[in-house]
This record gives sequence, structure tokens and C-alpha cells, in this order.
Amino acid sequence: MPYNFKEILKKKERFTSGHRMCAGCGAPIIVKAILRGLHDEDHAVIASATGCLEVSSFMYPYTSWNDSFIHTAFECAGATISGVETAYKVLKKTDRIKDDADTKFIAFGGDGGTYDIGLQSLSGAMERGHDIVYVCYDNGAYMNTGIQRSSATPRFADTTTSPAGKKILGKQQPRKDITLIMANHHLPYVAQTAITKDFKDIHEKAEKAIYTKGPCFINALSPCPRGWVYDASDLAKINQLAIDTCYWPLYEVENGKYRITYKPAKKLPVEEFLKPQKRFAHLFKPGHEWMIEEIQKEVDVRWNELLKLESISQE
Amino acid sequence: MKERLSGNEAVATAMKQINPDVVAAFPITPSTEIPQYFSTFVNNGTVDTEFIPVESEHSTMSACIGAEAAGCRAMTATSSNGVSLMWEMIYIASSLRLPIVMTVVNRAVSGPLNIHNDHSDSMGCRDSGWIQLYSETNQEAYDNMLMANRIAEHPDVKLPVMICMDGFITSHAIENIELESDEKVKKFVGEYKPKDYLLNSKKPISVGPLDLQSYLFEHKKQQSVAMVNAQKVIIEVAEEFKKTFGREYGFFENYKMKDAEIAIVVLNSTAGTAKAVVDDLRKKGIKAGLIKIRVFRPFPASQLAKDLRNCKAVAILDKADGLNAAGGPVFTEVTSALYSNNVKDVKAVSYIYGIGGRDVKTDDIKKVYQDLAKIKDQSTVRNPYRHLGVREE
Repeated sequence: MPYNFKEILKKKERFTSGHRMCAGCGAPIIVKAILRGLHDEDHAVIASATGCLEVSSFMYPYTSWNDSFIHTAFECAGATISGVETAYKVLKKTDRIKDDADTKFIAFGGDGGTYDIGLQSLSGAMERGHDIVYVCYDNGAYMNTGIQRSSATPRFADTTTSPAGKKILGKQQPRKDITLIMANHHLPYVAQTAITKDFKDIHEKAEKAIYTKGPCFINALSPCPRGWVYDASDLAKINQLAIDTCYWPLYEVENGKYRITYKPAKKLPVEEFLKPQKRFAHLFKPGHEWMIEEIQKEVDVRWNELLKLESISQE
Repeated sequence: MKERLSGNEAVATAMKQINPDVVAAFPITPSTEIPQYFSTFVNNGTVDTEFIPVESEHSTMSACIGAEAAGCRAMTATSSNGVSLMWEMIYIASSLRLPIVMTVVNRAVSGPLNIHNDHSDSMGCRDSGWIQLYSETNQEAYDNMLMANRIAEHPDVKLPVMICMDGFITSHAIENIELESDEKVKKFVGEYKPKDYLLNSKKPISVGPLDLQSYLFEHKKQQSVAMVNAQKVIIEVAEEFKKTFGREYGFFENYKMKDAEIAIVVLNSTAGTAKAVVDDLRKKGIKAGLIKIRVFRPFPASQLAKDLRNCKAVAILDKADGLNAAGGPVFTEVTSALYSNNVKDVKAVSYIYGIGGRDVKTDDIKKVYQDLAKIKDQSTVRNPYRHLGVREE
């Protein structure tokens, strides 16, 4: 069936409004888009790591989740959802669930809960082969505690624990590549995505991940107006620049085959992505041109690696 | 039927008979055998259980929470640093009111590293909102397991249960045991029918909120009430257990306490050693007695005070140091129970013993009773915080 944006938007809402996420935040849009991957007749149990999403969507006695939802702690969304999924398996096996519809298992975590404190739990859950989808909404810092650097924070970004100081200019280390780390777990389906104008990329990847048997991973770029410092109305623009500069390549790895799902007709210089974000303001001071060059180099190396991986796996 | 089993085998056998839905576990000495035996049951198709071989104890408890919240019976076993690593999730399990059952094969918590028995692991989480049942023997560990789900899942309780037994001493020693038939166990334990659970697609729920100033206090109060309710339920289940299987259990066991002037209060396997000493002293006409606490959480404060009130001096033996300049955890609780129940004439003394698996012999226990014989006639207890069997240099 060809992609029909309008039809998809008619699907039932699983994440309701009234949550407390900031205006201009990528995360709730990602959550809604991912949940549109579920077929309307199917149920879901959703887990979340501690983070912005959890504290803003489920503050007692209010919940934004129309499906069953569980939050336990920061570092264990992977293990928690694997317990739920295993429970489903045994209830099915012993004929104690009579539903005709399927139940799907989705976990959400920020980059803190995924790249850092939750990496072990995530890796364990994936290796054990649970039939789950883990979605990272990557906003590139610990935003919930007040914008501290994470291993997903891009190089030179200004955060509250890697401030752009007089001597040390922001985060000194390049970011970890969690999507490739997950791909190297040899999972049936791994994807990196972002919100695009027609949502096609994220909608298709969500459905594919949810309906692929076994452990699947999606990394979604989640701009943060508080941490990246941009106008809330610029969210769509920032997303587009991230993919047009190849700072955030859109691709998928299906049974080991790499496929880049978006190749910009004209690859923009990374400067275009950095400029509208105040966390990179110090890069644009005279004498700091080398910093932008360094970031450009890193983007190019990673993009070329990805092109290579795609071409090798097509052989 | 009569058998000869180690403590770990006894617990694994109980788990096999209970046939829980999900078992998640990570190996740690001396509890490792439990998931080992159990994996064999799973892979041979003896049980319906799904086994999750998690990558850490933190994930053990996280997975148990996920499974139990989903509507299943979840169980695990661990020791020592395994308890330490799952600490965060231990509190979350009880606050979400999930009746998970966990065997803690007691072992010293690091550091430095030690694999042998003391109670620093389970004592460390004594205020985490879990029910704690202690076991002197393999038989008691097995029997506590059979009662655990009934207590945990009772609608007035809904709290997780920890079954504790001494590492190596009980977990690895083979003793005679009376096993019950699978059918009788199945009937006694019954089926788990939670009211609300994640996998009920007709009625989705959200579990584990952000719970701030307006509600957390009330939710914590409910946990507190559940622990009070557990006292009644523990006794009801024990009574039914006695009717069904013939063995009798209470909050604690009184051993020759009726006319005792001096007494020891102790947990787990050391009670066996101490009973032998009591028998010996009784032959010599010394009025010695012993209380072995089975239920440490909820703490049977008024009941203990009642049964200790006629003693002249009591020694409370702790296999975990309080490191508080005041006494071991059982000591501070027993003495506060005496005080708050208006029992003020009993002299009490704390002995820390057996740390890191230090052997406790009848001579050590005899020494405690000899001390008590002196203490009972003294006006005050000098140095009430003592260490037994430790080199002083």
C-alpha cells in the first residue's frame, strides 16, 4: 500500500494531549509517530525509562497513555519490558490470554537511559532476543536533570557539565554511535530516524520494527528547545537541517543489510545545522572556525562509513 | 515424602512445585544453584515457567517487576552483592505492591569481598517494604517458600516476600527433609489472580508514576498498613499450613522460654547450635531459653516483648553489625520493642557474631549464656555493644 500521510493521521490516538512536555520538544511527536506504527486492533504495553517523557506523561493521578504503561527506574527500561514480554509469552503458552489481537512491547528511553546508565540493561534485553522494540529519543544530553552532557552529546556542545568556558570550550569528546552498537548486536531490525515533513521515514520504520519478530531498535533524533536553545517554532527546521547536513543520517539495518533511507540531493555544510542552536554559539566566534571544521570532518567520516556499509551489504 | 536435600535444592524443589510463571536470575554464590536447578526444570519441560537469564541482578529485579506487573508470578534468588545491586529495584518492587518472591541465601556484603555467611545483605534492606522470613533449616526454607505466595498475594498485603537462609551452612548442607506432594502444594499455594495487570487489554493501566508531595505520603502509608496487615495474614497462612502439612510456625519460636531467666534471640541456623547449648545448660539446672525469630518483617514487637518480659537478661545475636556505635539491627529492634511495650526490667546486650562466615561453635554460645548469668544480677549492663569470636588485635 503506498504511503498515505492523511490516512495514517486518522489512526486512533494512543498518547493523549495534556502531557507536560515543552512546546517545541521532539519527544512527544516521536512517541505519537512510533505508536502510529501499531495496527489499530493490536494492544501494546509501553515501558519508559525515567526522563522527561516519563515525568511529563505520567504524574499521579494523570496518565497520557491509553495503552498499558510501566515505568520503574532510569537504567532498566530494557529489563523491565523484557519481564513484561516474557510474562506475555508464558500467559499465551498456558492459554491464559484469550485475545485474538496481538500485544506489542515498546520501550522508550532518552539518550541518558539508552546510551549511558541504561546501556547494560538494553544490551542484555536485545541479546536475549525478546520480541520488543526499544526506541531512543535522542536529545543529546540529560535534559530532565538540567542539560548535563551525555555520551550522545555532540562534540563542543555547551551543556551544564561541559560548559563553553574560557579554557575548555564545551564537550571535548565525539558522540557515541549507539545505532551502530545496536546494529552490531545483529538484531533483525535497527533504524535511525527523525521527524520529516511527511513523517514517512519514522512511520514506516516504526511499523517495520513493531511487526518484525525479535528485538528491534530505533534511534530517533529529538531536538530539545531548552538544551539546544532554539525557538519552539523552529523544531521542523532543525530536524530537516540535521538530516540535510548528514549530521543525523536516516538509515536502517535489516538482517544485516544497511540501507540509507534519505540521501540529500545537496549535502549542506554542518554549520547550517549548528548555527540556529545557541549551544553551539561559541563555535561562531572569531578564531573558532577550527571547531566547526572538526565537526564537519567527523560528520564526513561517519557519513562515508555509512555509505561504505551500505555498498558492502548490497554486494 | 522423606528426602535428603541441600537448602538450595529444597528451595528449587519448592519453586518447581509452585511452577511460577517467570523466573529471572543472575548467578551469585551461594545462591547460584537455585537458578541452575531451576533451569534444568525449565529445559526439561518439568515446569511451565519462562526463565530469563538476565545480565545483572539489577535487571533480575527489573524483569521480575515487569513480569509481576504484567500479571504473572515472578520469582528469583540471590545473595550478598546481588542484593546490593538490585537495591533500587527492591524498593520499587514493594512500592508498586508486587508480590514477588525472592530467596536470599545470606552472604556477607562487600567489602572487602567475602563469599560466606552473615546477614548484612538482607539486614541492609530490612526497611525496604519487603516481608522477611528467616529459616533455621532446609525444612523451614522449603516451608517458608510454600507459604510465601499466599502471604504476598493476599489482597490485604500485596507485598514482596524475601525468604532468607544461611549461605553454605543451610544452602549447601544436606539434611533430611519432609517434602509434600506436588498436588498438595499446588492446592495450598493456589492460582495467582491479580485484580489489575498490564496485560489485561480490556483494562489498560499505568504503573510507576511520578508521585510528588500531594500523593507519595498516602501511598507510603498504604505500604505501612499492608505491613501491619501482613501480621494477621502470616498467622492465618501458618495455621492453614499446620492443618494441611502438620508443621507449626509463628512469628518466632520459643525454645524452653517458659521459665527462662536468661535468653538468646537469634535468626537462622545459629538457633540450632544455640538449642544444643540450652539443652546442656538445662541439664545443669540453669534456666536458659532461646527465641528464634522467623518473621523479621513485619517485626513482631509486642509479641516478642510479651514473651521476653519474664527474663532477667537477654542477649540479642546479630550476624550483621550495625556499624552505628549502638548495636546490631536485631538488638536495636528488640530493645525498642521492650521499651515501647513497657518492659523495662529486662537487661539486654548486643552480640555481633559470625561476620563473613566466622564459625560459631557451642562454646561461643555458652560464653554468651555465662555472660548473661552475670549480667542478670548487675544493676546496669556495662558495654552493651559486643563482638563475639573476634580477635581483638
